[in-house]
Amino acid sequence: MFGILTSAAFIHGPIETGGQLVVVLGGVSVLLLLTFTKRWKWLFREWLMSLDAKKIGIMYLVLAGLMLVRGGIDALMMRGQQAIAVGAGSGYLSPDHFAQVFSAHGVIMIFFVAMTFMFGLINCILPLQIGARDVAFPLMNSISFWLTATGAILLNLSLVVGEFAATGWLAYPPLSELAYSPGVGVDYYIWALQIAGIGTLLAAVNFIVTIVKERAPGMTLMRMPIFVWTVLASMLLVLFAFPILTGTLAMLSLDRAIGMHFFTTTLGGNAMMYVNLIWAWGHPEVYILILPAFGIFSELVPVFSQKRLFGYTSMVVATMVITILSFGVWVHHFFTMGAGANVNAFFGIATMAIAIPTGVKVFNWLFTMFRGRIRYTTPMLWFMGFLFTFILGGMTGVLMSVPPVDFQLHNSLFLVAHFHNMVIGGVLFGYFAGLAYWFPKIFGFGLHEALGKLAFWLWIVGFAVAFIPLYILGLMGMTRRLDFVDAASGYHPLLVVALVGACIIALAVSVQFFHFLVSLRERKHRKDSSGDYWGGRTLEWSTSSPAPLYNFAHIPHVHGRDAFWRMKEKGESGREGPYEDIMLPKNSAIGLFIAGFAFLFGFGMVWHMWWMLPVSLLGIFVTILVRSFATETEYVVPAAVVARTEAHHHPV
Amino acid sequence: MKPSHVVALGGAGAVGFALLLMLLTHGAGFPLLAPSGSVGISERDLMVRTVYLMLIVVIPVIILAIFIAWHYREGNTKAAYTPNWEHSKMEEFIWWSIPFEIVLVLSAVTWSGTHELDPMKALVSTQPPLTVQVVALPWKWLFIYPEQGVASVNELALPVNRPVEFRITADAPMNSFWIPALGGQMYAMTGMTTMLHLMAPTAGNFTGRSANYSGAEFAQMSFTARAMDQSDFDAWVAQAKQAEALSSGTYSSLRVPSDAGPVRYYGSVDMTFADILDLYMPMRMDMTMPMGSSMMHHP
Repeated sequence: MFGILTSAAFIHGPIETGGQLVVVLGGVSVLLLLTFTKRWKWLFREWLMSLDAKKIGIMYLVLAGLMLVRGGIDALMMRGQQAIAVGAGSGYLSPDHFAQVFSAHGVIMIFFVAMTFMFGLINCILPLQIGARDVAFPLMNSISFWLTATGAILLNLSLVVGEFAATGWLAYPPLSELAYSPGVGVDYYIWALQIAGIGTLLAAVNFIVTIVKERAPGMTLMRMPIFVWTVLASMLLVLFAFPILTGTLAMLSLDRAIGMHFFTTTLGGNAMMYVNLIWAWGHPEVYILILPAFGIFSELVPVFSQKRLFGYTSMVVATMVITILSFGVWVHHFFTMGAGANVNAFFGIATMAIAIPTGVKVFNWLFTMFRGRIRYTTPMLWFMGFLFTFILGGMTGVLMSVPPVDFQLHNSLFLVAHFHNMVIGGVLFGYFAGLAYWFPKIFGFGLHEALGKLAFWLWIVGFAVAFIPLYILGLMGMTRRLDFVDAASGYHPLLVVALVGACIIALAVSVQFFHFLVSLRERKHRKDSSGDYWGGRTLEWSTSSPAPLYNFAHIPHVHGRDAFWRMKEKGESGREGPYEDIMLPKNSAIGLFIAGFAFLFGFGMVWHMWWMLPVSLLGIFVTILVRSFATETEYVVPAAVVARTEAHHHPV
Repeated sequence: MKPSHVVALGGAGAVGFALLLMLLTHGAGFPLLAPSGSVGISERDLMVRTVYLMLIVVIPVIILAIFIAWHYREGNTKAAYTPNWEHSKMEEFIWWSIPFEIVLVLSAVTWSGTHELDPMKALVSTQPPLTVQVVALPWKWLFIYPEQGVASVNELALPVNRPVEFRITADAPMNSFWIPALGGQMYAMTGMTTMLHLMAPTAGNFTGRSANYSGAEFAQMSFTARAMDQSDFDAWVAQAKQAEALSSGTYSSLRVPSDAGPVRYYGSVDMTFADILDLYMPMRMDMTMPMGSSMMHHP
């Protein structure tokens, strides 16, 4: 009945119990709060069952925020351990718990913060930017979100029941095989990622079709905003890369569950295949995350420089070149696995080649600012922060793409500093810029600028104080994932500095949450009543803030790039009557049901409750079957309601 | 706060932080920047050359970025303003070609450097190479000296100025064999042999360790590489000869996952490197062989 799940799975050491209690008490208090404020019905109707991309986007953002806190606590725990642990057996975490913490940190930050944050912004903005009423497949959009959330829930459940993988975020075999990781940790890892990964793949299909099919009339490919281009590139990468991840993890789970030998060290298994496959997904993944960030910068730099984007065509070409090249560089993650000089040199040079289109992008942004009138708002500050940190990260990246140099820097803290430099300075700063920029559009009110700028400066200082010591430690020969260091190594003082940096970042994140709260409280006088908060150039700013359910009263007609800028120059608003009835998708609980069954499937796989597998698969099948008979999946917003909404948002 | 105040404050903070870091790293070892081994020195030189080449582009870009960001701020109404300027074939051609050219140069450096510093390539020396077989165990390192017929755990003795050919495998999860002061690392994997050449020109003790996470006590997987004169090396071998044999029995207890434990010596080697590889038969990959030439050994 319960497979290998016994009461022992609930019993942990004192520190793990702390994490367990936080998850359980946090969950229970949310449930109680909802019950006492009688918000259950509201929550389901307005949010959980919604097929509105804007609301799904906000749910993605909330999930990313929660996971940022979880992953951030993991980071502080690691930095804390390394800052106090001098000599074997010291520190407050056991070696195994330390390994679970760094594994969970990586998985959470990439899959459930970065990816989730990205899909949040895409859902909120992309349909608006292409002048569409919704995504191509609204129900599939809901299913994508709920599968992602299920992955996150499964991962965090490992804090309460059982354990998480102690293998590092990519779970290299043979360490992740049954012989060396007999517990359920790796299975939690596999099934959290498998379920979330399917959600990601479905979302990619959805956005590719949305971009190809749902653009407003007149918006040719070369008139699309650059953000749309970068999302298209990113989603194409997901489409090609995520099936590799799914296949690789499926093979690992077959090794573990039924004794196959894809990656074991006996009976012909070969771990090097796993390393190749996981990076054939893993490297494109980096570009999946960073291309939309580049897109965000390409949107806001022209707005805040009050000038057109310089070199649109170059930007598009550069984006597509990066997309293609990103599939040809995966070996640079393991130059030290014994490949010959020809192979290593080829992949090293292919890696450097990516610096060419990336460099072009930097020049184009700079020449957008050149002879502009730059307004240093919070989003623009995030761009400047990105620019300088990214130059450092790009340099260290090119440095490590030289194989003999990588032989020395690989697996060291220099490498750790480099990829945090790219993922924080590039990806996260990009998404923060996007959130600050589009916040008024998403929520209808602007953010407190001074607090936003304070958070930015704390992030920049915290980033430098946390990661410059790691670069130095790498040059001192310190490897990653050490749960203690020797006193004689001389590493200890810099690890203390890095902990101080991590605390500054924690403060920065707290200020960010505080500044959302302050802005929320002052939302009445921060209201964006024009819909065009910053003097925007693209279509999302042509409708009200927040955008109405139906996005646009009239589907806009596009006559060139910067479509809204043209409308403003001609004095058109695109909001005047007469209005027509608008069809919108009805709410649906199908996404919740499918995710619920997927959760049971994942949980059953982790704990070997085999009876759960046919039950949950049948459940998903029946859910889809029932849905296929539904005919009334849309409802009509009558013209009169459209007129009333428009009049309310834009009193003449 | 005015922008100029922010800049002043930021500059002061950065200088203070840099001084703090200098103080904290004062006297610390930077094996990657000041290596002892000949391979490490070549790798360091390549690193420095690459950085200089990149700085040719990066420094002007940083100066340009600071100038543009400052000069074209909204408050500076005297600066030129061309809101519709969006395209210039000439300029775009220039910034496709600048990174292209620098990457072209870097590619040439990479191609020659990668071949020159290929870990499989024997080092040029008047002395014949010494072979040391390295086995990564959970969580300790076993070094076998086939020519001398001795072995040791967590202590690697190397004669000065003699090239060493390491043949590396694992009887554990994937590890990486790394002596930063001597040169770059190489993965250690079960059932496979990888190869690495290093040489220590001067006597000294260097820290080596595993660089790839391999389980709970991974942090203990360090060892001392002791570069010594030939006479000291001979004495080291003679002393090791006194110790017990590395039989299949002692090996079985050695491969049980445990703390690093003390340094150990073995006076003879019955459990050979080939025997350890054979634990993972029937299929064994020899990464030191050219592709296609009997990569797989079947018993």
